[in-house]
Amino acid sequence: MSQTVIANPKIVLKDLNFHYGSYHALKSVNLSIPEKKVTAFIGPSGCGKSTLLRTFNRMYELYPKQKATGEIILDGENILDAKQDMNKLRAKVGMVFQKPTPFPMSIYDNIAFGVKLYENLNRHEMADRIEWALRKAALWEEAKNKLKQSGNSLSGGQQQRLCIARAIAVKPEVVLLDEPASALDPISTAHIEELIHELKMDYTIIIVTHNMQQAARVSDYTAYMYLGELIEFGNTDAIFTTPKKKATEDYITGKFG
Amino acid sequence: MISLYARRRLINGFNLSVSLLTMVFGLFWLGWILWTLVALGFQGLNLSLFTQMTPPPGSKGGLLNAIAGSFFMTMTAALVGTPIGILAGTYLAEFGQKGWLAPTTRFINDILLSAPSIVIGLFVYEVYVISIGHFSGWAGSFALALIVIPVVVRTTENMLRLVPNSLREAAAALGAPQWKVIMLVTLRASTTGILTGILLAVARISGETAPLLFTALNNQFWSSNMNQPMANLPVVIFQFAMSPYEDWQKLAWAGALLITFAVLTLNILARAFFRQKSLSH
Repeated sequence: MSQTVIANPKIVLKDLNFHYGSYHALKSVNLSIPEKKVTAFIGPSGCGKSTLLRTFNRMYELYPKQKATGEIILDGENILDAKQDMNKLRAKVGMVFQKPTPFPMSIYDNIAFGVKLYENLNRHEMADRIEWALRKAALWEEAKNKLKQSGNSLSGGQQQRLCIARAIAVKPEVVLLDEPASALDPISTAHIEELIHELKMDYTIIIVTHNMQQAARVSDYTAYMYLGELIEFGNTDAIFTTPKKKATEDYITGKFG
Repeated sequence: MISLYARRRLINGFNLSVSLLTMVFGLFWLGWILWTLVALGFQGLNLSLFTQMTPPPGSKGGLLNAIAGSFFMTMTAALVGTPIGILAGTYLAEFGQKGWLAPTTRFINDILLSAPSIVIGLFVYEVYVISIGHFSGWAGSFALALIVIPVVVRTTENMLRLVPNSLREAAAALGAPQWKVIMLVTLRASTTGILTGILLAVARISGETAPLLFTALNNQFWSSNMNQPMANLPVVIFQFAMSPYEDWQKLAWAGALLITFAVLTLNILARAFFRQKSLSH
């Protein structure tokens, strides 16, 4: 993997280890995530790809007994540093989860929630921001006449796009997607994938997926993980056509996993 | 040899019948209680019930002072107990994963939840009534609040635990500090359940007699002074129903009917309100 040189990394992992209690879930991961590209993490269940994703915004700290050691350098700063303000980090590194998680409030308030945390916008600016975010997430046409309705009134695919709109409304620099389409039907999945293409113009995107075709379709770079180790990382085309390691090839060709 | 399928149908039919029978058994007694209450209480229902004070034996009167006293004390207890209960329940659900404080609090709360109400009455009598030297509405409210708190703590904690962690993660992922996640998302997601818990607590204390006997006692006259002994429906019912005077007994039945209907109305209103709310979602 040392052959893959990333010219402008947004995030650099140095010797990252992760423990759930005494279980060693990530073993000395070294990786550079390129800026304004889509990087996919693939691998069988339990390989640590979601765990890795959740270290980028320190989501794991919500739970006791989970611990990351090593370095995660984002724009030159180690975010694992105790001095790091966690809430500011999370405003900079947005996340969308596997299942849609609309808050129990209106579509409008769902998006305004995150924006209000860090910006003081007047009504007009807020309305503009909400329209901008919903347009970015390709939900504006469907939602513009029911902004006051509960977020729960949307369909599953729409809810997931609402969550994406909510994440980008705070203008993060990195967007983490944790299997964002696994609970959705093929049409909604296609919507989300188109969206990812759109979003990489402005954001650094990291996506965890179980679906290898999806990784091949949406990502520029792919990391294959197995049992907590990073097996291979490189250009997505190279990983899917000429993997350097036998293990990667076996997984991609479906011999295993 | 009957087939497996036929056997399963037979067992199913048997279990269904037994469940139905036990339900009928339960409903029978409930129906009987309600019927007796309505039959005996209805004749005592009239306007003077709501306009006149509790009478001396042998003369006409109503229950106004008792209704008002019950209302004051129940409201005070709910106003005092609800915020404490919600805050403590929130602590247990949202911050209680580690350490010894939360498990200990939860354990003590469970004891308080199942404590006989007469014990709570005696406790307030000992620590408050004796030290100020007389019964009072405050003492009654205090005792009732002690019954409200554990109910609200328990329902708040349970309802917050029903909120999926994914919702907390989603809010935290936007950079919201924990107190905002709790105030704006998790508490909001469980409002309906918590309100139901509060109503249940109010319903429970509106019929409590034992804690009031030792604290508010009773007052034959109108009093809105919470620092004085205060009339209330349960104690009046207790006193009047035990008396040999027919007028008093009639009033006791009417009072029992009033409490039952008040609780029933409260429940129906709550249900109607929540149904409307959940439909709009």
